[in-house]
Amino acid sequence: MTKTGPTVPSSMIVAVLVCAALVLGGCASRLHNPDDPLERYNRAMFAFNENVDKVLIKPVGQVYDAVTPRPVRIGVGNFFSNLGDVWIGFNNMLQGKVGDGLSDWMRFAFNSTWGILGLLDIASEAGLPKHDEDFGQTLAVWGVGEGPFVVLPFFGPRTLRDTAALPLDVAADNVWGVDHVRTRNSLTGVRIAHNRANLLGLERTLDEGTIDRYAYARDFYLQQRRFKVSDGNVPLEYEDFDNGASLLPLGTGTDTLARAAVGYIELVDPTAIQHRMSPNP
Amino acid sequence: MKALFLSLFLLMSTIAPTAAAETAPDVLVREISDKVLEVIRNDSALRAGDTREAVKAIETIVLPHFDFRRMTMLAVGRDWRDATPEQREQLMDAFYLLLVRTYSNALTQYRDQTIAFRPLRMSPGDTTVRVQSEVRQPGGQPVQVDYSLQKAEDGWKIFDIVVAGVSLVTNYRGTFAQEIRAGGIDGLIRSLESRNRELAESRGQS
Repeated sequence: MTKTGPTVPSSMIVAVLVCAALVLGGCASRLHNPDDPLERYNRAMFAFNENVDKVLIKPVGQVYDAVTPRPVRIGVGNFFSNLGDVWIGFNNMLQGKVGDGLSDWMRFAFNSTWGILGLLDIASEAGLPKHDEDFGQTLAVWGVGEGPFVVLPFFGPRTLRDTAALPLDVAADNVWGVDHVRTRNSLTGVRIAHNRANLLGLERTLDEGTIDRYAYARDFYLQQRRFKVSDGNVPLEYEDFDNGASLLPLGTGTDTLARAAVGYIELVDPTAIQHRMSPNP
Repeated sequence: MKALFLSLFLLMSTIAPTAAAETAPDVLVREISDKVLEVIRNDSALRAGDTREAVKAIETIVLPHFDFRRMTMLAVGRDWRDATPEQREQLMDAFYLLLVRTYSNALTQYRDQTIAFRPLRMSPGDTTVRVQSEVRQPGGQPVQVDYSLQKAEDGWKIFDIVVAGVSLVTNYRGTFAQEIRAGGIDGLIRSLESRNRELAESRGQS
């Protein structure tokens, strides 16, 4: 929490962590999960984060949850959400979504003025929807692959790509940009408490709905991340494990046709293999 | 005369469910969510975290419209093909309990959100559709909640709920695959059953 800009130290920290993750990941290969090469390190860091949360962040969130009346809480949520809109708009611009970017900046202009420093979200009511963008998503749009899943200390789950984007996201963050140290620290504290309080109810779902919290959290994060990168345009596909491997895209009139086609392939395939493998010359 | 109207009304309301086999998927989802919201609003114990009444309500309102076989199959993934009929039954039972608990816990989080449905995009011959909705909450971002439904003989059945892009069914696949790698399909059944037992016991104590 020194007065120097946060960019340099945080990017160094991230670089060190990524190296550490790669080194530690090397010995985790025997866990055989091809989608999660750093699993052993990740599980250790996940447990570390959960402990930090248990002794420090969750109690803060609980206190916040108990003392803030609902209108205050909504105001706080709107306030931080408003500060984020500038960077969100910038990322929309970088991704070529000029209309969305302008809409985000207009949100910021409206809410900062008529919305009393962002305490009210009048822009949403005026028909300017809130977007969700960050530099990690921009990198994805530019064609950068997501890389392995990494659990960062304090920050939590990320992909390697989002880890690389994190220093910029932090540097561009309006709260971190506040020069007055005490203001910045108080704002950061309130934001952490607010965000944690919002998650209080969800953890019971994670607790009771899973047999392995780490694996569930990882898969949840990755699915959600891919959804955000594509702005919600992920085609939902469901395989049918009763009738062989068919991939059926949703909501198309050709559903039955596709099923029939796949069924045909399934019927043809085994004989083809049998022919090839038959010992007869 | 009043009695006649009343009996007519009752008659119509008993006819309605049989005609409901042809209820459009978006109408069905909306009806279910309306009923669930009504239950939540009238259940003060639920808000305090007591899900017993909510579980009963879910079992009567929501679950008849779910295709649990398909849900379990999607959660298990390709190993489903190797499962015996008995194993499939056991998987379905265990996964059912897990999902009901997850769903009822999620309901305790309901405060003053509103649900808006998007217009349904569907061609006449479709047997699989996605009903899209958005849960709006003051001071927070709207969350997209989609329901995937498939047409069965007795009406449309929900087989997946997708929250903010995350399928609550297929999201289990990684965890389940890992359990199957470690202890086979029976290993997964054991883990699920012991988890359910554990939580039932801790629930009983509190």
